[in-house]
Amino acid sequence: MSAVASGEFWAFVGVVAGIYTLLTLGLQVQFGLAGLLNFGQVGFMAIGAYTMAILVVKEGMSTWPAAPLGVLAAAAAGVLVGLPTLRLRSDYFAIVTIAFSEIVRFVATNEDRLTGGSQGTINLGGAGQASQYDDEWRRFQEWLGGVLHIGSKDVVMLLVVWAVALVLLALTAAAARTPWGRVLRAIREDEDAAASLGKDVFAYKLQALGLGAALAGLAGCFYAWQFSFFSPADFQPLVTFFAWMILILGGVGRVWAVPVGAVLFGVLFAVTRFFDFPPFSYLDSADRAYVRLMIIGLVIIGLVLLRPQGILGRRDEMVLE
Amino acid sequence: MFLQLFVNGLVTGSVIAIAAVGVSLVYGILRLVNFAYGDMMTFGAYAAYLGNVTFGLPLVVATGLAMLAAAALSLGLDFALWRPLRARRAGFMSLFLASIGLALVLRQAILLVAGPQPRSFDVDPYKVYVIGSVRLSGAQLVAIVASAVAIAAVGLFLARTSTGRVMRALSDDRALAAVSGIDVGRVIAATWVLSGLLAGLAGVLAGLVQSTFDPNFGFQLLLPIFAAVVLGGIGSAYGALAGGLVLGLAMELSTWESLAGGVDPVYKPVVAFVVLIGALLLRPQGLFGRARVV
Repeated sequence: MSAVASGEFWAFVGVVAGIYTLLTLGLQVQFGLAGLLNFGQVGFMAIGAYTMAILVVKEGMSTWPAAPLGVLAAAAAGVLVGLPTLRLRSDYFAIVTIAFSEIVRFVATNEDRLTGGSQGTINLGGAGQASQYDDEWRRFQEWLGGVLHIGSKDVVMLLVVWAVALVLLALTAAAARTPWGRVLRAIREDEDAAASLGKDVFAYKLQALGLGAALAGLAGCFYAWQFSFFSPADFQPLVTFFAWMILILGGVGRVWAVPVGAVLFGVLFAVTRFFDFPPFSYLDSADRAYVRLMIIGLVIIGLVLLRPQGILGRRDEMVLE
Repeated sequence: MFLQLFVNGLVTGSVIAIAAVGVSLVYGILRLVNFAYGDMMTFGAYAAYLGNVTFGLPLVVATGLAMLAAAALSLGLDFALWRPLRARRAGFMSLFLASIGLALVLRQAILLVAGPQPRSFDVDPYKVYVIGSVRLSGAQLVAIVASAVAIAAVGLFLARTSTGRVMRALSDDRALAAVSGIDVGRVIAATWVLSGLLAGLAGVLAGLVQSTFDPNFGFQLLLPIFAAVVLGGIGSAYGALAGGLVLGLAMELSTWESLAGGVDPVYKPVVAFVVLIGALLLRPQGLFGRARVV
């Protein structure tokens, strides 16, 4: 139980919540504002992380141009996916985006020479090279820790992730109040009405998709830095579903509900780790991992049944007609 | 070689097709994209394993029992989960999310009870039938015969029986069907039973064809199944059948060497999605879906 009280552990939970905030903020732009059912968010996250890591290891690029290029690559992927598919009905679009994220994962698993394959980024520079893509980032973290007199790597990361997240949350909240944000919400409510006012619905949707994908790419870069290693197995569809759960948990259409949902989710995920009272104490650690995911599944179901609009959302967002 | 790949494609395709019909029926009538369907298939495979390996029943009997068990679970979940959600007029998003939660619960429950190790049915893996230039394993032969029977039975059921006709009517236009005096509640129950039976069968056949299966295998099959549903036109049962066969054939035939060297077999699932996206570009409503903008 000692780890429950450890600040180090909760800093780690906070970092993960911050990364999920960025990932889910992308969904909020796409679904909360524009009504797009993107179920392939993890694919854009993977593209951001892999682009950054490949540019650093294979091209010898510095992290500082490589990370923005990763974000840009994710946004470009969003636009490319959207061009042929945004004209589809929303449920078709949802399934095509899952398909996209699985294609990304398959390619990352099987194109060993580009991505290091299923061994992950340690294989990026070829077998036995033990490639690292985050030397420069760690130096930056140490420097920042020195300036702020913070010894813990995770606490420094916590501050950086949440500073970035808060700026982007504020920007998104501001953007939602601009004429641009109002057109997006009009499209979500009634596409034909928006089109009849002369708004280019397709272009607006494409912008929302691209922006949301860029946020996922940024989440991917932070994920890569936090864990110093990743492999295609990190980008399962489950990650997308967690992000959707956070979105619904917080509330659809409310930008500031995203961090609330993410923190709650992080705490839920972390706290179930410490269930060592009966009946959980009768189970071995593998079985406890199953029970944890089961509890998360039950929480999703309970939430949908009891409070479909989330904590800060409005009920009419989630009910039929 | 072509013929062998064609037959392999038929085997893969018919298993996908059976499951796709189960998904499509539920979508057509309840507007529910059932993400837990892959895990219902896993449940079916494990139920059959229990009968076939643990209790030593013949595989046919065990499969029948597994189909009944999956149908019972399917109906039970309607009572416990989907009916309360319908009563609350839950929207597309809520239903989708609830099915994701259900998928997690089912899969982890199976992991908890059965453990993560791979299992296989009690069949002779070395038995091979040679028909002309085509070699079929016993499992493949069983799968192809069973799915042909199941596809014919489902087709006849939907086309000829009154329940089947009512199901299609309801999926075409719910309000009109309700107005003409159809007992919607009864049809929904029948839909869940049929979809559960198909999930059980598809799970067992997929387990046979793959020769081993673990608690995650149903979920891994889900995306090609969804691709088949979308390809056929969401909600169209006949479309799902066709979509499944087309995808199965496309996946296997893409590895044909005379076809510009063929695709690396690890990319078979990617082929399924590329075919799907290509087909949607030409026919955004799917092969059998009606053109409408919703």
